Amino acid sequence: MTALLQIQDLKTQFSTSSGTVKAVDGVTYDVEEGETVAVVGESGCGKSVTALSIMRLVAEPAGKIVGGKILFQDINLLDLDIEEMRNIRGKDIAMVFQEPMTSLNPVLTIGMQLMETLQQHLDVDETAAQARAVELLGLVGISDAERRLAQYPHNLSGGMRQRVMIAMALSCEPKLIIADEPTTALDVTIQAQILELMKDLTRRLGVALIIITHNLGVVARYANRVNVMYAGKIIERGNAREIYHNPKHPYTLGLLRSVPRLDQPRGERLVPIVGHPPDLTRLDGGCAFRPRCTFAVDRCAREIPPLVDVDGGHLSACWEHENVGLNVRKAS
Amino acid sequence: MSVAESDTNIPQQALGDVLLQVKGLKKHFPITDGILVKRAVAHVKAVDGISFEVRKGETLGLVGESGCGKSTTGRCILQLDQPTEGEIIYDGVDLSTISRAELNRMRERIQVIFQDPFSSLNPRMKIGDIIAEPMHVHGIEPDAAKRRARVSELLTVCGLNPRFADRYPHEMSGGQRQRVGIARALSMRPEFIICDEAVSALDVSIQAQVINLLEDLREQFNLTYLFIAHDLSVVRHLCHRVAVMYLGKIVELAESDELFDNPMHPYTQALLSAVPVPDPDVEAAREHQVVKGEIPSPINPPPGCVFHTRCPKAVASCQTDVPSLRELRPGHWVACTEA
Ligand SMILES: Nc1ncnc2c1ncn2[C@@H]1O[C@H](COP(=O)(O)OP(=O)(O)OP(=O)(O)O)[C@@H](O)[C@H]1O
Ligand SMILES: Nc1ncnc2c1ncn2[C@@H]1O[C@H](COP(=O)(O)OP(=O)(O)O)[C@@H](O)[C@H]1O
Ligand code: SF4
Ligand code: SF4
Ligand SMILES: [Mg+2]
Ligand SMILES: [Mg+2]
Repeated sequence: MTALLQIQDLKTQFSTSSGTVKAVDGVTYDVEEGETVAVVGESGCGKSVTALSIMRLVAEPAGKIVGGKILFQDINLLDLDIEEMRNIRGKDIAMVFQEPMTSLNPVLTIGMQLMETLQQHLDVDETAAQARAVELLGLVGISDAERRLAQYPHNLSGGMRQRVMIAMALSCEPKLIIADEPTTALDVTIQAQILELMKDLTRRLGVALIIITHNLGVVARYANRVNVMYAGKIIERGNAREIYHNPKHPYTLGLLRSVPRLDQPRGERLVPIVGHPPDLTRLDGGCAFRPRCTFAVDRCAREIPPLVDVDGGHLSACWEHENVGLNVRKAS
Repeated sequence: MSVAESDTNIPQQALGDVLLQVKGLKKHFPITDGILVKRAVAHVKAVDGISFEVRKGETLGLVGESGCGKSTTGRCILQLDQPTEGEIIYDGVDLSTISRAELNRMRERIQVIFQDPFSSLNPRMKIGDIIAEPMHVHGIEPDAAKRRARVSELLTVCGLNPRFADRYPHEMSGGQRQRVGIARALSMRPEFIICDEAVSALDVSIQAQVINLLEDLREQFNLTYLFIAHDLSVVRHLCHRVAVMYLGKIVELAESDELFDNPMHPYTQALLSAVPVPDPDVEAAREHQVVKGEIPSPINPPPGCVFHTRCPKAVASCQTDVPSLRELRPGHWVACTEA
């Protein structure tokens, strides 16, 4: 059985006044049916552009998908025309964004927006759409659904808006939801509520989920498989336990040591990654992490390390992967 | 009922000189109605009777969900907001009683670093001028050459190349801009710095750099911090003591280790349980008690205990009785009748 979604060697670029930004530079990953896959990495590494590429929502003309394939149920989304793509978007693949305020229409009520999506994709009349809208709000834990349907986005709290976004994403029973930083703007107790809700619903309904986040804790709590991105590339992939206990890339190792943890003794000094991420218009023929890497050898300046299997399904893009990972302490 | 007992209970510290005392602080923002004659129809109770002290050399953390009154507390201390009630006593001086000139001198000693490094830096000014501006305004260093030298020194202290003095904010990364904000705050040689979400917007690898910088500076210049943040892991890492706020009130206050090892207030417990730890095994073994509901409006806070609408331990009396902040263990203050 082939995977639900297969991204193969995806390349997306933007032309800007300072040069060509290689925002996504050869990304390959799969999502199985019903699986939760995480994409982690710091600001600007290409997480959102990868997601927008899958949805074919990259801002044109500056942005352009210049290579690769995106196979969804074995159909290459990059071959579809605008109409065909519109039918897939929202129906088979739905997206939840970080800031729901920008993706909800401020002048339409919640009810109108939910029913519009339903009527666009499903053959339902207004009464049926209204009933389904009420049902959906109940599903995402909004109690007085009828009253809420008449409200506008600005009447709702950030957490409520994100619940509405999830309801909209679920409305046409998609096979895949892409959630781009769905809880980054929310308080931690609300974040926990929303993540529990998404976990519960995706499991119950068998929906696959790509969760994009910069929060390593969120990944540890919710994802099966993890992709770590840096400078437009996936530099490490594996199941969550492998990635956290036995990282095989210096960047992943660095990320793990940068965050203070509630479950570990206080007072130890953090070990930051030196420097800052590279300018994506100025990548050279070596490893993009090299200027910040404490493991770098001569070869790293000359050859870009490919993402290869280093340990039964655990992949790393590092020439020195054998020397990495030993010094990460496992939590007791 | 509005005069809660907690207004007068001030958590005392046994050791060290007290630098800042906040006593019964309230800040209520009026919500006005009417076009010609503005009249207050209600009040946002942003801060509703809080008291705490900060000792010299100490870092006190202020945590809580957005809107609970953390920034307003900081702004009241800086006298950027006029307190509705209560006192801010800095180094023995009640800040509301002193003249403008005296307040200006006080402001040299108290600096602030904000969350958003971009919006707090003037985009048309060069970095060097941004850092030198407070020295210029306060007439600290009238000599231009000496000011330039001081700017170079400050950039170096904050881990930036002195050549950055000639750049503009948009040419720098978020982490670099945050360092500029810190350099600017340090230019006045302050003794007390309020960090309001100072590392919240930064990526983890850069956040760790700035956290280490704040620690180094604290040691090097014997600084006192009020560290306002919502990230509990970061607060635990940096702070000696921590106050937890909810709807304008302090609900728990203790030494860091004590608070995180032995949280006694149901809200603190809920907050800690919500923070995910970056380890799948730890996460799988942890109990996740997700607190229900959302933070109520500060315009109409619940009567009794402000947390009772979401509290898993609430009993009938919680709806009517305001719990006072009580010292349940040495230095550990909790505002919960059931704790
Ligand atoms: N419309 C655009 N024009 C030019 N460059 C762009 C555009 N959109 C994104 N980029 C660039 O592409 C790169 C990847 O951006 P992307 O939004 O995918 O980052 P991200 O990983 O989602 O980061 P964050 O965590 O901040 O959301 C960045 O260098 C960004 O500046
Ligand atoms: N100038 C103001 N006018 C009216 N309400 C305000 C003002 N400043 C803050 N508030 C309100 O006061 C409450 C506390 O705000 P704030 O101190 O900024 O919270 P925090 O920093 O903890 O997120 C919020 O409900 C906020 O909307
Ligand atoms: S390939 Fe070289 S520079 Fe890149 S991460 Fe590995 S050791 Fe570091
Ligand atoms: S006083 Fe009552 S409602 Fe408030 S925290 Fe304690 S148990 Fe909960
Ligand atoms: Mg993004
Ligand atoms: Mg604030």
